[in-house]
This record gives sequence, structure tokens and C-alpha cells, in this order.
Amino acid sequence: MGALRKSLFNRLDGITILLYMTLVTIGLFTIFSVEHRSTDPTIFIMSKTYMKQVMFFGIALFIGLIIILTESKFFSSFAFLFYTMGLFILFITIFAGVDVKGSRSWLGVGSFRFQPGEVCKIFTALALAKFLSLPETNFKTLKHRLVGVAIVLVPAAMIILQKETGLALVYFCFFLVMYREGLPNSVLIVGFSTVALVLATLLVDRKVLFIVLTAVALIIGFLLRNNLRRNVVGIILLVGIWGTSMLFSQVAVPFIFKHVLEKHQIDRIFSTIGMDVPDAYNKAAKGNEDEDDGGKKVNSSDYNVKQSKIAIGSGGFWGKGFLNGTSTKNEFVPEQNTDFIFCAIGEQFGFLGSLVLIGLYVTLMMRIIFIAERQRSSFTRIYAYCVASILFFHFAVNISMTIGLAPVIGITLPFLSYGGSSLLSFSVLIFILIRLDADRQVLIR
Amino acid sequence: MSNTANSRQYVISFIFIGIASVILLRLFFLQLFEDKYKVMANDIAIYRKVVYPPRGIVYDRKNRVMLYNQVVYDLMVTPNNVPKVFDTVQFCNALGIDKDTYGKLLNRIRVRNGGMRQGPYMEELTSEQTARFQENAYIFPGYELVERNIRAYPSASAGIILGYVGEVSPEMLKTSRYASYQQGDYLGMNGLERSYEEVLRGQRGVHFLERDNFNRPREPFKGGTLDTQEVAGKSLQLYTDAELQAYAEKLMQNKIGSVVAIDPKTGGILAMVSSPSYDPNLLRGRDRAKNFSNLYKNATHPLFNRAMQATYQPGSTIKPMTGLVALSVGAIVPSFGLACFGHYNLCGRPIACEHHDAGHAANFRLALAHSCNSYFCHIFRLTCDNPKAGGVKKGLQMWHDYFSSFGYGHATGVDLPFEGKGLLPDSSYYNNRYHNVWNSCTVVFVGMGQGELALTPLQMVNGMCIIANKGYYYTPHFVKSIGNNEKDTLLKPYLKKHIVTSVSDTTFSVIQQAMQDVVESGTAIGAKIDGITICAKTGTAENKAIVGGVAIKMANHSMFVAFAPRENPKIAIAVAIENAGFGATWAAPIASLLIEKYLRDSVSVKRKVMEDKMINAHLINKYVYSIDSVQRMHFQEAYKAKMEKKMLEASSKHYTDSVMLSRWIRNQLGNK
Repeated sequence: MGALRKSLFNRLDGITILLYMTLVTIGLFTIFSVEHRSTDPTIFIMSKTYMKQVMFFGIALFIGLIIILTESKFFSSFAFLFYTMGLFILFITIFAGVDVKGSRSWLGVGSFRFQPGEVCKIFTALALAKFLSLPETNFKTLKHRLVGVAIVLVPAAMIILQKETGLALVYFCFFLVMYREGLPNSVLIVGFSTVALVLATLLVDRKVLFIVLTAVALIIGFLLRNNLRRNVVGIILLVGIWGTSMLFSQVAVPFIFKHVLEKHQIDRIFSTIGMDVPDAYNKAAKGNEDEDDGGKKVNSSDYNVKQSKIAIGSGGFWGKGFLNGTSTKNEFVPEQNTDFIFCAIGEQFGFLGSLVLIGLYVTLMMRIIFIAERQRSSFTRIYAYCVASILFFHFAVNISMTIGLAPVIGITLPFLSYGGSSLLSFSVLIFILIRLDADRQVLIR
Repeated sequence: MSNTANSRQYVISFIFIGIASVILLRLFFLQLFEDKYKVMANDIAIYRKVVYPPRGIVYDRKNRVMLYNQVVYDLMVTPNNVPKVFDTVQFCNALGIDKDTYGKLLNRIRVRNGGMRQGPYMEELTSEQTARFQENAYIFPGYELVERNIRAYPSASAGIILGYVGEVSPEMLKTSRYASYQQGDYLGMNGLERSYEEVLRGQRGVHFLERDNFNRPREPFKGGTLDTQEVAGKSLQLYTDAELQAYAEKLMQNKIGSVVAIDPKTGGILAMVSSPSYDPNLLRGRDRAKNFSNLYKNATHPLFNRAMQATYQPGSTIKPMTGLVALSVGAIVPSFGLACFGHYNLCGRPIACEHHDAGHAANFRLALAHSCNSYFCHIFRLTCDNPKAGGVKKGLQMWHDYFSSFGYGHATGVDLPFEGKGLLPDSSYYNNRYHNVWNSCTVVFVGMGQGELALTPLQMVNGMCIIANKGYYYTPHFVKSIGNNEKDTLLKPYLKKHIVTSVSDTTFSVIQQAMQDVVESGTAIGAKIDGITICAKTGTAENKAIVGGVAIKMANHSMFVAFAPRENPKIAIAVAIENAGFGATWAAPIASLLIEKYLRDSVSVKRKVMEDKMINAHLINKYVYSIDSVQRMHFQEAYKAKMEKKMLEASSKHYTDSVMLSRWIRNQLGNK
């Protein structure tokens, strides 16, 4: 109980703050490196995004200070209120949203614009934490599990209605939290397997996939041979899963691609994962629609991924050096200061720089899990898991999409990407966690 | 609860680390093993810019500029930077174009380069256009004036010497000589620009620039550390005297012919005129192609360098050399005389001589001064039939070797491209021609400079140098130093002294004395300059033009060769004027004026009348134009006939092929 006697500022988690500051600073320098031109008269040009980002950083720190000075009970008490407000704003945005690059997820007043979907992650995290930590909640009952799922999926649905699918997908990361709080293992396994299977079907050659899947099934069968010998259900399960994935990858997908989907839909699917359409599907699709123009192959996201891979791939081990990134500096990679900021790191600092950056992210996430597990109150623990999951989803999907491992969905790289909404919402997430953690000896209800 | 919580905590950590590892693994392969991305990154982002240094400047012997680089302005435009609200009227006024042209030109750039990249809107603005544009440049955003160098010839003369530059052609690019050039490069196409291309062009620089996604060049790649700097072309200094050159061109205006003047001590060419001459400034800039084709089509062939490409029968101007060989081989002695009464009758059909009075060929001096045809025909025969040689064939071959050592019958090696060789017949030439049956009478005309002998004016003047120098010459050349280095490797061949087959000093003295008499008391009295000892020889060369396959006798060429002063020769000169009559009438005065101009720097007042007469004389015969058009028609028809013949051959070949093929098929079928 000695910790309580320490002052508030001494109780803050220094490591998290340090990691946060480091990542934002790396972000500032990276944005600077893609915006700066050797012909610029000075580096302090207010119209450049890195200067705006510095400003946003200042605002973020100020808000962070306010959060630190706020009573920690405030966040749990007002969680449902915030959540309701958030839903209300999301609902308004569906109709009043400003059209930005095809999505209507932004609210705008004059030159000021913000994305409610970003901010709503915080409210959802708080609401989920609050709901799961209520003494009357029993997460083992189906009813309460459905409520938990609803808390997560309602904002996601609204964001999908705003045509910002990428952002909506972020809300699925809360399933990780719910898994931690008691959802059955199967949810996680089935979810992960399905995503992996879909991606593998699209990315890997069909025959190779067949061999790999069969090999995996046989290895599992061999390892569990003692259990399976007396267990008919287990054998049926194993064979069933193998059969289902076979059916899915070998029959269903080719069938859908050949006979159900139109050419432009196929093009769209493959271009989001940054691949050329395989010949097998291409010819079949062409046969269906001969009059479709064949020259319109250069798709914008296709181009993005290609340029992004060139930038990252050309970095090599050591990278080209700060301000020497020929691809990023000369604007070959679109969105290179927001969604594709990782290209600038990969090109200028190479594999080594990427390794360090990914190391920093993993350290931060591990630290947050560590923080989560040392809490007395389950509200803080659940909230911390929410923060870790959101960070993880953004980090993994963003970097994966720059190297062609994931579809291009508009998801920012936490703390690094340019943009006020993104930086502020992640800062608020982290600072609330730090504030709650400072009171880890208190039971927050 | 805490038990499950604990285990799931590790599951989640495992997922985090697992996914991060997958990403790292992908990055590992992407960044370390897939090299194609490095190549692609360089391909898309690095722009190799070739920088052309200014070409070398050409100075005359007194350091006056003959050829330099002039700055011209191209108007460049970046279409997307031209605002919607644009003062088109002002703009059109400044450039003197109308509104339709304005839109057309802008669209052309937009189509060719796209909207983001700069392209040439209008090339080589006139000085008025430049001035008017610059005045208002600030109201024409998107447009920019860009400097460029083009070659300029300040005195508008010496076109055939200096030559011109042009864009390298696709055919040239295929040959190894032009391997280092790229399409769009300019290089010397003729004249000194061509001969000294390697030193004049300098060294191209290569700058690596980064370019952006719109292909616009930006900053230097890696701070310019990979760049090679361009090196400016070296300047040339010529022996040529720009003033003398211009004066010679003026004297030769409205005449067809040529002048070559050489400093015998060095072989340096002081002036070289091929008339009609053209303004070399025509062959540059945006009208180059049009002007070139006009000059090329001109009936008087101004692009043809008559001074070193045209060959003439030298006529009487060869007589000093004929005498030189005859004296040298011992066929005659200087006191040898011939009784000529206006004809040379020893070879059957009489050969006419201009002089009838007795004793005009009483000795060598008199014979040369009076240019006695009989005398020189006879001594040429004596040379060939010279008992030392043993037979006319060996005798003629001996004469040939002498003449060959004078630089006749082969290119002298002047530093201009496409030099003519002339024709110097030897024994085997006549053996072929007369089927081994010939004697000294068959070739007798060669002695007086007619017959098979043909020389370029440059070779003629080279002969004068040998006499002036008493037995040696340097290969005629223009360039004195390259970048102030007189011993540049390119100049090595011109530093070598050529000593001709042993001719004694006294023999040269005899020839010189006789040539001095030509001016002082012989055929070229009109060329005499007070106070300067000129040695000279006139010539009036018969010639024929081949028109439509028929040789037609034309008016005589007026020829003159000279050197001066005799005591310390400073200039040797040859003048040839086509179809102008006697050598003494036109060629001699022009040569004389040039000698005076060069040695005294001005022409004396009392010779102004002669100067005016020469300048104003119009000696281009009307029939030159008709002959030219007839010749062109003839060539065209010959070309057509050739093509028809080719087609006919091809079709008959096809026919034979198909006949043979069908025969073969029939055989095959028959065998079955």
C-alpha cells in the first residue's frame, strides 16, 4: 500500500510513456523525411504536414495532461454515456458525413475535420470494459456474451454504413478481449482459421495449399494419435475440418471465381491484396465478358502496393539513409505520410530500421498486457486489453498491407501516420490507460 | 478465473508476437533477397541527364572569332501551370502569333508530354520576341525562357572551312564511329566541325537526378556524387586569316570557282574559297533543314567544296612542274630551246601554240614566260623518252613518281573531310587504256596540263609551295593549335616536313626565275605588284561538260598559280574560275589582289579600279543552270531505269523460281 502514498506523477508508468514518445517522435521524423525537399528554404514551413503533426502532438500532450489530472473513476462512470454519445455521432455521420475519397466517415466544420469512427474506438473500449466488469455481468451466459458482441458490432455496422469498411474491421479486434474474458477457445480458433484460409486460398497456389493442409492434418493426427485412437468424435472433427477447408479452397473458391463473380469484382479482390489476377481466373472471367476493357488493369490500390513494395524492398538491410529515400521522397508511393508511412521507414532505414520499429511496437503491446495483468480492478484490465488489441490490429494490418500480406484497407499506423484524428485518439487511449494504471491499487467500479 | 486468465494472457501474447514474426519474415525476404525492387526503385526514381558542354570556339590567325556559341532562348511551358485566367491576347502579341496557333502549340505539348512536364512551346525566339516576352514574363505563369547554345559565324563567311553541326542520323548511329552518340545529339557534319569533332565537342557530363511520380526532375541523386562533370570543348586556332578569307569571297562573288592560299613555310591554309559561297549561318537553327535543301538543290552547288573536291585539268599552270621534272631527270638543260612557229608538229596532228614569233621558246625561261605549248609538249616527251629511264613506260612512271611526291594524284591529307584525289595517270593506266600500245606522242598533252591529268586547286597550290620552298612542303591544314597546344596528337601529321624526290636547288632557282618572268614580262603582267617579287603561272584549261551522255566543249577555265615574295615566300595561291576564259584575265588579277592584301594588309589606291572590276564581274554563265537541270533529269532517269531493271530482274527471278518449283513438284508427283 506504499504506492498510494506516492504522488500521482510518480505512479505513472514511465516505460509506456517513453515508448509512446519514441514512436510519435519517429513518426514526426518520418513524415518530415517524406515531405522535406532539399530546395526548401527552411524546415519550419507551416503548410507542411510534419509541422501540423507537431501541432497535433502538442495538443495530444495537453489532452494527455488533462486526462492524467482527471479522477480515474470518471472514465468508468461515464463509459456508457460516452458510448451512447459516440453512437449518436456515428449515426449522424451516416447522413451528414463529408465525402472523402468515397467514404462518408468524416464530420467537417469548415477546415476542421474529424473521423468519429476513430474516436468511437475509445468509447467502445470503455463501454466494453465497463460492461464486462459490472458485478452483475456473467460472461459465461449466452445473453451477456451477445450483449458484449453487440456493444462491439453496433458501431462497426454504423461505420460500414459510412463506407469505411477498414475502420469497421478494427472493432473485430475486441473479440480478442472477449476471448481473454471468457469466450470459448473455439471462437478464436475458428475465426483465425477462417481468415487464414481465405488469405491462403487467394495468396498461395492451389496445389501447394492442398499439400500443406493435408500435411498439417496428418501431423496433427500423428501427434494426437493416442487421443484419437479411442475418440471417434475427434477423428470426425479432424477429418471434417480438413474436408471443409479442402472444399473451401479447392472447390468453392475456384467455382465462385469462375462462375459467380464478374471480372471487375475479381480484379478488385486481387488488387486489394496487391496481386495480379491468376491466369486461371483471368481467362475464365474474360470469356464471360469479352467487351470489358482489358487495358484498365492499373488499379489505384494495385499501384499503391506495387510502389510500396518497391520502396520497402529497395531499402535492403541498412536502408538508403535518412532523407535519401528516392521512392518516398519523390512521391511514388501514394498516401505515404498516412497509411503507407511504413514505406518511408522500410526504404530509409531498411530491414534493421523495420526490425527496431516492430520491436518497439511489440514491446509496447507486451508492456500493456503486463499492465493489464497487474490490475486489481477488472475494468482497467479489460480496458488495457482493448488498447493492446486495437494497437495490435492497426499495427499488424497496416504493415501487412504495405508489403502485400493484407488487403489495402484505410488503416493508420498507430502514432506514426500523419493525421490529427489518428494521433489524438491513440494518445487518448494510451493516456487513459496510464491514468487508470496509476490507480491500480484502487478498485474501480 | 485467474487461472484461465493467466493462460489466455499467454495465448494473446503469442498471437501478437507470432504475427509480428510473420511480418518480419516477409520483410526479411522482401528487403534482403528480392533484388528486383532495388532495380525498380532506381528505374523509376533516377533520371540520367546528359549535359552538353559548349563546343569549342574557332579563332583565326589573329585571334578573331570565326565560330562561337550564341545563346538562343527557347520558350518552355508546363501546361498545368498555365492558369485558367490567362492573358492570351498579350501573350500572342508578344510572340506575334494568333490565337489559334496559341492553342494548337499548347495542345501539342500537352499531348506529347502530359500536363505536368515541361516541353518546348516555341524554339529559338527572335530577339524581339524574347524582349517582348521578358518585359511581361511575370503575367505569363507556366512559361519560362530557357537558354541554349547554337553555333554562330560572326563574319558569315568560311562556310566550307568551318562546316556545320547537325543531328546525328539513325544510319550514322549504326556505325561504330558514332557509337558514343545518342539520338538527338548534335555533331559536326562537315568542315572543321567534323574533322575536329572529338576536341570541339568536349566531354559530355552525366548528371543523375531524382525524379518524382510525374517524371519531373528534382534534386541530384546522392548529392551528385555519381555525376561526371562536363568538360568544355577545346578551342581551335587556325592559320586562316578571316579578313583575307572574306575579301577572297568578295572577289569571287558571282563566279564559279575556287581560291586556296597557303603559307608555304607551315602549310597553313590562309584562305579557302569555293564560289559561290554561302552564309554558314543558314545551316543552323530552326530553318536548317529548309536552307540546306535549298542550297543542295542550287544549280551552282554552293555546298560542294570546289577548292579541294573539284578536279580540273591544270592547263598551263602545270608547266613549271613539267619543267621541274624535265630539268631534274636531265632530259633538258635550262638553255634548251625549241623553234616554235605556232604549232607543234612532231606528233602528227599539230598542237596549237599561242605564240608565233621566232625565239619565244629559245630557252626554258622564255618558254615558260610565254607559256609555249610546243616547248612543254616536247620536253614532256623528252622526259618520258629519257634514255636513263629506258623506254616510255619507265619514263612516264618516273614522271609519275615525281608528281606523286608533289602531292598529286592522292588526297593531300588536309584537315577537312571528303577531299578529292584528282587523277595522276601512270604507265599501267595507259597500258589499260591503250592496250599496251602507246608512246610519248599518245600522252603528249599531259605536258601542257591537258589530257588525263586532273588536280584539285589544293594540289595545285601545294605544288607552288614546293617551288617556293625549293623542295619541301607541309601537308596543307587549317588548324594551328588545339586548346593552345600546337603539338596536339591530332596535329602531328601536319608537323611533318615532306621532302620531294631530289631536285637540286639550282633547278628550283631556274623555275622560280622563269615564273618571276611570267609576271614581269610574260603572260601575267597584270598581276604585277610594285615592290613584291611574284612568281606565277597562268593557265587556260580546256574542258568539257558531259550533258546527257555527250561531251560538249565548254568555255575555258581561267587558272592561276603563284607565290610571293620570291625571296621569302609568305603566300602561295591558286585561283580557278570555271568557264571564264584566259587565266590572265580573271584568275591572275584576283590572285594578285589577294597577295597584296595579305602582304600589305590593304590594296593600293591605283588598283581600286581593277578590284572593282573583279568584284563586279558576273562570270556565271546562264547555261550552268540549264546544264544542271539537264544533268539532274538525266540522273533521275538513270535512277528510274536502274530501279526498273532491278524490279524486272526480281520478277523474272520470281518467275524462274516458280517455274522450277512447279517442275520439281511435277517430278515429285511423277515419281509417285
